[in-house]
Amino acid sequence: MQDRAQKLLAAVDAAPTARRRGGGVAYIYAPVRLWHWVNAAAILVLSLTGYFIGTGTPATWGKASGSFLFGYIRFAHFSAGYVLSVGFLLRIYWALMGNANAIQIFCVPLWRGCFWWELYHEIRRYAFLTVEPERGLGHNRLAQLAMFFMFTQTITFMVVTGFALYGQGAGTDSWQYKVFGWVFSLWPNSQDVHTWHHLSLWVIVMFALVHIYAVLRDDIMSRRSFPSMK
Amino acid sequence: MGDGRETFYSVIRRQGITRRSFHKFCSLTAASLGLGPLTASKIAHALETKPRVPVIWLHGLECTCCSESFIRSAHPLIKDALLSMISLDYDHMIMAAAGHQAEAILEETRAKYKGGYVLAVEGNPPLNEGGMFCIDGGKPFVEKLRSMAEEAMAIVAWGTCASWGCVQAAKPNPTGAVPIDKVVTNRQIIKVPGCPPVAEVMSGLVTFMTTFGKLPELDRQGRPIMFYSERIHDKCYRRSHFDAGQFVEEWDDTNARKGYCLYKMGCKGPTTYNACSALRWNGGVSFPIQSGHGCLGCSEDSFWDKGPFYDRLTTIKQFGIEENADEIGMAAAGVVGLTVAAHAAVTAVKRLTHRPDRSADKGKPS
Repeated sequence: MQDRAQKLLAAVDAAPTARRRGGGVAYIYAPVRLWHWVNAAAILVLSLTGYFIGTGTPATWGKASGSFLFGYIRFAHFSAGYVLSVGFLLRIYWALMGNANAIQIFCVPLWRGCFWWELYHEIRRYAFLTVEPERGLGHNRLAQLAMFFMFTQTITFMVVTGFALYGQGAGTDSWQYKVFGWVFSLWPNSQDVHTWHHLSLWVIVMFALVHIYAVLRDDIMSRRSFPSMK
Repeated sequence: MGDGRETFYSVIRRQGITRRSFHKFCSLTAASLGLGPLTASKIAHALETKPRVPVIWLHGLECTCCSESFIRSAHPLIKDALLSMISLDYDHMIMAAAGHQAEAILEETRAKYKGGYVLAVEGNPPLNEGGMFCIDGGKPFVEKLRSMAEEAMAIVAWGTCASWGCVQAAKPNPTGAVPIDKVVTNRQIIKVPGCPPVAEVMSGLVTFMTTFGKLPELDRQGRPIMFYSERIHDKCYRRSHFDAGQFVEEWDDTNARKGYCLYKMGCKGPTTYNACSALRWNGGVSFPIQSGHGCLGCSEDSFWDKGPFYDRLTTIKQFGIEENADEIGMAAAGVVGLTVAAHAAVTAVKRLTHRPDRSADKGKPS
């Protein structure tokens, strides 16, 4: 176990130096690639349905028994939530079992001097002060920071609060409420949990905007490795 | 003052209630608590044999709506039975004694029934200025609350004031009003939130405690799960309209007249744990949603600061301007989008003006 941890830490340290610039496309992301697109689809469904759940839909007509529109929207939201959660768990498993790059979005080596140097370099690159990309494989340091603070943490928060809110509907004796009910010790009024859950949606939206732009830009500008998990 | 030996039954008979009516009451109570048919005879047995429990009912900062609700309990009927079930030894609102006589009862109960009386608290203590915003019997209310809580068998927090703080604790809370569990920290407090709580919830709780001689099972927030384990939304009779996606859009539209779901009008039913949609009010006549108005969420923590009451999303005031989560999120996403667009524009301009870089890029294998 200790060996494993040490190897992982060593890998995290070694990752930035594993440059393979100009070495063509590196096929090292296969499981992550699969997860990425499942995750992206789930987030798309969750964002759209979540927005409708927050604002309500235009009213349907006829008898209530003839329509289940809001029910289906909520069902889609909950199903996509389960897909995202299971995917996220597998992604955590892969972070521990996969290669050194797989753990990047979960572990930011803030304690390393060269991390900060590479971050500085990356900020200069995005500020048009330099053109040379610093690293060959994996996320650049700026991307890694955004991944960790805007994606990984927000998704974790969304999964926890999402299951807590789901537990309210499933009932106080459901496993969701038993496992995630502690959220309501932090916010006794679940209206607050709804508000935070809703705000976090917009963090994900902001992340998606920057993420898609940066990837497309990198693809066009550098024609380098990481782009497009296509 | 009850002497502590008189049983419930003897009190009830003394008041001229027949044995037949007494058994009717037991059956109704069992039914309203959702208990099995055999429980009615258990309740009857308990009332015939157990001495009445002395109750001290304190009033802090409050509006007395809890008492108003309590005295309207229909099952059990408050006039005939409940005031005899417990020995309500002290209660500002309805006691005959006054002044020093009244205050003497407190000390007497505290000494005589040490660890044997129920302390029911309606309202809450303000803590600012040494508690001077609520003086009761010449002393700050918080002192009275602390001293009576020390020797109590059980402490019941009636209503949202005692449970969560309610309106007097709304921002900016000038008097420093706090729920009683912030003052009495070493004891389990049974919270019965609601502004006011449903009458049958209050009397049902008292019946449960006197009948079974124990506290009811409580949830994470200290609320009895028999009344607070489900949300208004879970038992709402308009729930089918919610699932169908049929919402009221305006107070005076056709949908409102058709009795559609009030979700978009800010109904807090989906986040409110209370028994209104199951028990209803005034003897089961109605409850807010049935009368066409959304739930305000009055039994939830800080419901007064989770407004507006007529919007689904809560207004967030931390940014200086009052916006809800969607408005803030869209604004932030808009700023990010503009930044991205500007960055893309600069990138394009750079690209066009730095031709050497471009040819260098082209030379690289890709």
